[in-house]
Amino acid sequence: MSLLEIENLRLGIGAVEILNDVSLAVTAGEILGVIGESGSGKSMTALSVMQLLPRGAGCSGRITLNGHDVLAMREAEMCGLRGQEVGMVFQEPMTALNPLQTIGDQVAETILIHEDASRAEAMERAHEVLRRVDLPPGRVAPSRYPHELSGGQRQRVCIAMAIALRPRLLIADEPTTALDVTTQAEVLRLLKRLVAEDGMGLLLISHDLGVVADMADKIAIMQHGRVVETGRFSDLRDPYSLALMEASDHKPDRAGHAGETPVLSVREVVRDYPTPRQGWLGKPGLFRAVDHISFDIQRGENLGLVGESGCGKSTLARAILGLEEVQAGAITLDGQPVFDGHQANRAVRRRMQVVFQDPYGSFNPRWTVGRSVAEPFHLLDDPPKGAAREAAVVEALENVGLSGKDRQKYIHEFSGGQRQRIALARALIIRPDLIILDEAVSALDVQVRARMLDLLADLSDRLSLTYLFISHDLSVVRNVTDRVLVMQGGKIVEEGETEAVFVAPRHPYTRQLIEAAPRLPKTA
Amino acid sequence: MLRYAGRRLFSLAVSLWVASLVIFLALEIVPGDPAAYMLGINAQEDTLAALREELGLNGSPMERYLAWIGGMFQGDFGTSYTYRTPVSEMIADRLWVSLPLALFALALSTLIAFPAGILAARNRGSVVDVAIMGGTQLGVAIPNFWFAMLMVLVFAINLRWFSAGGFPGWSEGIGPALKALTLPAIALALPQASILARVMRSALLDTLGEDYIRTARAKGLTQGQALRRHALRNALIPVLTIIGLQFSFLLAGAIIIENVFYLPGLGRLVFQAISARDLIVVESVVMLLVFAVIMVNFAVDIAYAWVDPRLRGRR
Repeated sequence: MSLLEIENLRLGIGAVEILNDVSLAVTAGEILGVIGESGSGKSMTALSVMQLLPRGAGCSGRITLNGHDVLAMREAEMCGLRGQEVGMVFQEPMTALNPLQTIGDQVAETILIHEDASRAEAMERAHEVLRRVDLPPGRVAPSRYPHELSGGQRQRVCIAMAIALRPRLLIADEPTTALDVTTQAEVLRLLKRLVAEDGMGLLLISHDLGVVADMADKIAIMQHGRVVETGRFSDLRDPYSLALMEASDHKPDRAGHAGETPVLSVREVVRDYPTPRQGWLGKPGLFRAVDHISFDIQRGENLGLVGESGCGKSTLARAILGLEEVQAGAITLDGQPVFDGHQANRAVRRRMQVVFQDPYGSFNPRWTVGRSVAEPFHLLDDPPKGAAREAAVVEALENVGLSGKDRQKYIHEFSGGQRQRIALARALIIRPDLIILDEAVSALDVQVRARMLDLLADLSDRLSLTYLFISHDLSVVRNVTDRVLVMQGGKIVEEGETEAVFVAPRHPYTRQLIEAAPRLPKTA
Repeated sequence: MLRYAGRRLFSLAVSLWVASLVIFLALEIVPGDPAAYMLGINAQEDTLAALREELGLNGSPMERYLAWIGGMFQGDFGTSYTYRTPVSEMIADRLWVSLPLALFALALSTLIAFPAGILAARNRGSVVDVAIMGGTQLGVAIPNFWFAMLMVLVFAINLRWFSAGGFPGWSEGIGPALKALTLPAIALALPQASILARVMRSALLDTLGEDYIRTARAKGLTQGQALRRHALRNALIPVLTIIGLQFSFLLAGAIIIENVFYLPGLGRLVFQAISARDLIVVESVVMLLVFAVIMVNFAVDIAYAWVDPRLRGRR
């Protein structure tokens, strides 16, 4: 008898069918990994088990959790089940905690809701639970508020809330997606340990096969609201599963044509931010986000820049683009300074473009795609007008694999992957020498990401583009760059040929990053 | 927290100083000579000069500003040009009507708005929600003086539960005084409560959509528990902002309602003083209102920090 049994689950929201005949099972002490691209129905499956579905959702089929027929239970009974027999951890640790309550209170609440404990008892037990998730009260006081904790620590608090009563089943929906690789590895280790200690079942949802592959006993692959196949990782045979595997470690074909002449040259660049004053008369402090960084990018080269959040990589990108003035050092493109006095140098700016991470936030929703794509023309002294302008927009869209007709549409009509292509078209339109890709593929599903990487490789060969590829995702950087810089605390700690750095990292931090990065086990 | 309060206090003092300058300068450049206004067009030049001297209208603007501010610190607001009584006494008398009235109305509006907003948010889209939102729509749309007149007609003239206007004074006891303020307070509270209920509802709906509410539900809290324990306090920030704005308005903006009910409040005093060019009264009342508004904002700022721990550390 399984701990959780989902049989022929169907779910619709209004007239839209979300889940179609989903069947899954988790036994005690087992980890089931559920993998799928966005919209595959994996989160909805989890929410069906919790019965925390959005308004208007209706499900049929059968869900048996520890002997309870979940779909037949009334809401009041479900409240008794949630937190007690099944706990859930969500993706976004930054917003999953109530900002106005201390973490101790929030963990104790799980106990207070379900058991007849006094506040002091509940608090005492909450401290114990926090210790179990490696947040010992001596080091991280339970009287702290969520905003005083890092993302990884917050996710531990969420896990503590979910396991406080030692539930039989834990559901973790993308628990590490928002975290850095090293933090991700720690949180995954913690989950694994808790499963072993409590003999609990774990339903681990992820879009990343690499995260789940070494950890899960069984893996279920989902697509379009159906389970494609379930089995051990090494037994996965379905073409879709294999395609996902290939995509998650996709290596695009690249000619590789790094020249000998540097396009961009960064010399001893320093970027400081003022921090709040200490006291009424205190001097404002300085936070050095970028600390004496120097490097070159050769024409045609793909340079990777990796590091964890807060290491200064995006600050560096902004400095290179001339969006912010640097405090010391020089950034030059073909010998011309990016900053001309206190103004960004337009002659240089028009030769660099950028693609950011968020395909949803980086467009004005009220502009047509054509207008968005043509926007960089304002950097030119004599921008093309009329038919020439239209032709340039069409060419840019066709270059990224879209149709010229798409220029009349609005951005909400496109998927995330298409939006990133449009962002790339916008970057290409003024034929820049250098394109900065700041986490440009991080928000994309693996298959979409693989196609985007192919496109980038193809464009760089055809148009002899130079890329600065900023990412926290080591496997992507490894597959697409010639050379890599590893950044930590505002400094470059290691640099070299990509393959050499990955095979034989010299700096301990690089080693730590590479070890923490999720990888697919090599299958025959 | 103390540091936060200190910062707020400092900005409060600066605001007051700037406000006093603006008020003084604005009234300095208002055309019209109070002395000429008081004595009529046939006044002799030397009588005018004597009156100007007596009213302290001579002297450089700087001297007069300093005299005005200095006096205020000692509770001396000067002497009314028209009534020839100390302004401080006039204001104090009126304040004893306006302040209780504002507090009364605010209490009523909060007591109505909170349950109504919470009820509407909990039952979003239901008949209850539609009814409450329809009611608040009406509350915002109906002019409060008309509503006040309607209440006078029903409760004072037909039912004879309340008197139609006037104020017996606090010396008659708290009961009769509060009774006299009840209808005006209701009239003032109606639109305020309607606005506040709508703000409460939308703030709650926003917070109910937050991730931490889902987390709370996953812990086993019922919808009601999640709302009480997690959503309500998070929704308070926008609500507090509106309450602060409303209190300031109630204190200064009750002029029409005061007229409908013949209440000797601050609003009527300013109105009369402006018509009579009694600049010293206008200056003082406006300064007092500015002071009240700034104090209310200060209180709201402190309340923010009480609600939200993230603000306590901020400077």
